[in-house]
Amino acid sequence: MSISLPALSAQLLVGLINGSFYALLSLGLAVIFGMLNIINFAHGALYMMGAFCAYFLLNAFGLNYWFALILAPVMVGIFGMVLERTLLKWLTGLDHLYGLLLTFGIALIIQGLFQNYFGSSGLPYAIPDQLRGGVNLGFMFLPIYRGWVVVFSLVICLITWYLIERTQFGAYLRAATENPALVRAFGINVPRMITLTYGLGVGLAALAGVLSAPINQVRPLMGADLIIVVFAVVVIGGMGSIMGSIITGFALGIIEGLTKYFYPEASNTVVFVLMVLILLVKPTGLTGRAT
Amino acid sequence: MSTLTHETTPARRRAFSDEMIAFVVMAALLAAVPFTDIYPFFVMQALCFALFACAFNLLIGYGGLLSFGHAMFLGTAGYFTAHALKVWGLSPELGIVFGIIGAAGLSIITGLIAIRRLGIYFAMITLALSQLVYFIYLQVPFTHGEDGIQGIPQGMLFGIFDLSQPTTLYYVILIAFLLGFLLIYRSINSPFGEVLKSIRENEQRAISLGYKADHYKLVAFILSGTLSGFAGALKVFVAQNASLTDVHWTMSGEIVLMTLVGGLGTVFGPVVGAFIIVAMQQYLAGFGQWVTVIQGAVFVVCVLTFRRGIVGELAHLFRRSL
Amino acid sequence: MKKRAVAFLLGTVAALSVAGPAVAMDKVVKIGVLNDQSGLYADLAGTGSVLAAQMAVEDSGLTKKGWKIDIVSGDHQNKPDIGVNIARQWIDVDKVDVLADVPTSSVALAINNLAKEKNVVLLDSGAGTSDLTNKQCSPNTIHWTYDTYMLAHGTGTALTKSGGKTWFFLTADYAFGAALERDTTAAIKAASGKVVGGVKHPLNTSDFSSFLLQAQASKANVIGLANAGGDTVNAIKQASEFGIVSGGQKLAGLLMFISDIHALGLQAAKGLNLTSTFYWNLNDGTRAFSKRFQERIKTHAVPTMVQAGVYSSLMHYFKALDKLGGNPHDGAKVVAEMKSMPVIDPLFGKGKIEPNGRNIHDAYLFEVKSPAESKGAWDYYKLVATIPGDEAFTPLDKSTCSLLKK
Repeated sequence: MSISLPALSAQLLVGLINGSFYALLSLGLAVIFGMLNIINFAHGALYMMGAFCAYFLLNAFGLNYWFALILAPVMVGIFGMVLERTLLKWLTGLDHLYGLLLTFGIALIIQGLFQNYFGSSGLPYAIPDQLRGGVNLGFMFLPIYRGWVVVFSLVICLITWYLIERTQFGAYLRAATENPALVRAFGINVPRMITLTYGLGVGLAALAGVLSAPINQVRPLMGADLIIVVFAVVVIGGMGSIMGSIITGFALGIIEGLTKYFYPEASNTVVFVLMVLILLVKPTGLTGRAT
Repeated sequence: MSTLTHETTPARRRAFSDEMIAFVVMAALLAAVPFTDIYPFFVMQALCFALFACAFNLLIGYGGLLSFGHAMFLGTAGYFTAHALKVWGLSPELGIVFGIIGAAGLSIITGLIAIRRLGIYFAMITLALSQLVYFIYLQVPFTHGEDGIQGIPQGMLFGIFDLSQPTTLYYVILIAFLLGFLLIYRSINSPFGEVLKSIRENEQRAISLGYKADHYKLVAFILSGTLSGFAGALKVFVAQNASLTDVHWTMSGEIVLMTLVGGLGTVFGPVVGAFIIVAMQQYLAGFGQWVTVIQGAVFVVCVLTFRRGIVGELAHLFRRSL
Repeated sequence: MKKRAVAFLLGTVAALSVAGPAVAMDKVVKIGVLNDQSGLYADLAGTGSVLAAQMAVEDSGLTKKGWKIDIVSGDHQNKPDIGVNIARQWIDVDKVDVLADVPTSSVALAINNLAKEKNVVLLDSGAGTSDLTNKQCSPNTIHWTYDTYMLAHGTGTALTKSGGKTWFFLTADYAFGAALERDTTAAIKAASGKVVGGVKHPLNTSDFSSFLLQAQASKANVIGLANAGGDTVNAIKQASEFGIVSGGQKLAGLLMFISDIHALGLQAAKGLNLTSTFYWNLNDGTRAFSKRFQERIKTHAVPTMVQAGVYSSLMHYFKALDKLGGNPHDGAKVVAEMKSMPVIDPLFGKGKIEPNGRNIHDAYLFEVKSPAESKGAWDYYKLVATIPGDEAFTPLDKSTCSLLKK
């Protein structure tokens, strides 16, 4: 296959779209890990719930995509906060591994329930009218919706970064991660902050779910395999910094896109191979601190 | 400090006698199965998973390392054994050896990579590695991708035991399981096992005492992966096929569940857990995805209420070592 | 009570010996419908196939002649080891005589071996692999509804002849996809078409955009989707996003069921070409059956070709049993009898079972209607061409089945 510049740029752009999902999901994982010290295995299941929320809002209440974009993350976020309050909070002080096991169990329950009621084949969700069609960029036909996904998720990622790194809330949050006792001494309600953080991380996952609903079929297992890739992304990037996980997410999307062009058979495995290479060279990940 | 030497204190001796009694009871019960109404294939399958769970437990229960990709060893050995039996026509014993070699090789490679990070990262890395292995097996021709390797001849073990006879096969699997079990038991109670436990409890301290922690963890990982391979090789004779199911991450999740239910770090817990989960899958098979929901619920309940697992709680209750 | 004891003894004997000894003829039949009831294929097989089996039992009229027919059903979750476990227990403990449906090639091949070993009957409707009647053919198996060869030749030949001269493949990167691409390519070349390119994508790909861009750039007339299930559905959905069909290229789904079209919606699926051996709205026979089926199934869906195949294969099985005058509990014997009888069927028309176990009947090339063309619920297909059975399936001289070497 000869390398043609137009085709290559098209693949780069397409890779960026996938990267948006990786970035949103790994960002959510990083936010949760920072505060709760839990690797949220249920992240994929909650991403799926976001897509299903969009489906229901449309089919049961006639609320379109734009409502779903706001309501689904809020609804799933509240669900997440309930989970945190009822289940996750009992894990404080235990080995981190129990958090992984517990959220894995939660993921199985959610996915199993959805599979029972909706089967596995998936439900259709149409692209909103305003974002239908595409533009011819010369080197490729870019569906408007895809362009929207990249821009919108980039904006959300930056807002989250700003929220955590540049605001009062973020400062408390970072401080509580380092030293919860001290922050509590300042009269700040740390458990409530933990709950809110979990809700925020989960809401990001649900938002990614809504964004993906018009592209992929809405189906119960849509998050199950994705979450493993996102784990690899997280291992590569390290969970030390918010910006790090955003950049790694987008970068890996692009690398995957290029692989789809040069050697498509390996496009499923390239992220894992990259993870192995990075671990061999820099065990702590690109931006991570030692654990 | 005292845990670092292999001592024979009265407490240890009592634990040993408890465990030996339990072992004899277990072996006797299992040996009696063909004389009952119990369906032998069910027990054989459970035995394979029990061995797999014991091997997995060696790593998490005594090394404190949670691998979320152990299915790769089960599946690799399964594919290697199946290929050796079906395509090369090797005898069963050689097929098993070949399968174990495959799993051992894979565990050396993956161990060297995974051991670089600990805790939660270790779990994520092993999961990602197993997904990588899954995709490789999906594509390489010898596994026949989705179709799997089918209709594997069971053959004559050592040229005398006809493994296509269910009763013969049952006792062969049982003996293999008991051997594997004793080997794991022996390693846990060896000086090696004691060092491993001390690393789990306090890695810095073990290192300061001059033990190469990484070295011990790697050996534990390889041992666990290899024995998981033994289970995978045996499973080929029971199921007569090798397929992607055994390499998929859901299988890795199941083995974590079996060990957790039975009791992490207990000697008999994984066996009990394996029987419970296999039975559950068997009897709830008609309920479709409810099996997944129930498995998830069991995870949640175990983590929240009885982290010691069934055997662990019983042992705690009666102050016995099991 | 005594009968149960005898049955238990026999059960034990059967469990211990490799193949159960031939038991005297009686009029008891046990059917095991083994399929996917919760996963990807639950809609196209699942409980609908169990219902189809029940309808076959009722329509056979055998119960009125004093037969006792029971159905058990199970979910193999698309995993061969689970499937084999269930089936083995059914045969050993529940004395099941015939296994029906069994979608998913890997499970079907495993059950195929088991059925031969235990000498029961396998009437496979749901699986696609043509290995069942070639390399791995068995005197105990009949492959009823469709296979990869038929799908490839049906779609490949007919579309190429109707003007789709150049093809580009999106192929799932595993054995099934490769086989489908290989067979279709052969058919395209035979019809003097050309394959201009292709890309192998990993199984369970959620994002097809980069592959679709390559397909679009190839300017091929037809984009052949040599994949299945969720992959096909996602590819089609995203193809409409990239304006592939509206740009003048045709999409051909090589393995698609009406349940997939239903999940996609006509807006995304319109203009798609596919091959099937059954459509509910073909003739009076199929319409009558589908109406009864729809009334009884929870989802009110029309039967898929797989579900219709379960009904039709069991009907033929019952006819053979009726002719034998009792159930010999000897799988190979019943299958031999089934092969010796012509197949006459309201759903698939006239057909015959080849010595390699392949059931031969006509196949149809359909095009999916646009929302404007569709007149009501489930009005999805328009007929493009009928492919006679002899052309649709592997010719006997090309079959590699060992049963054919006399």
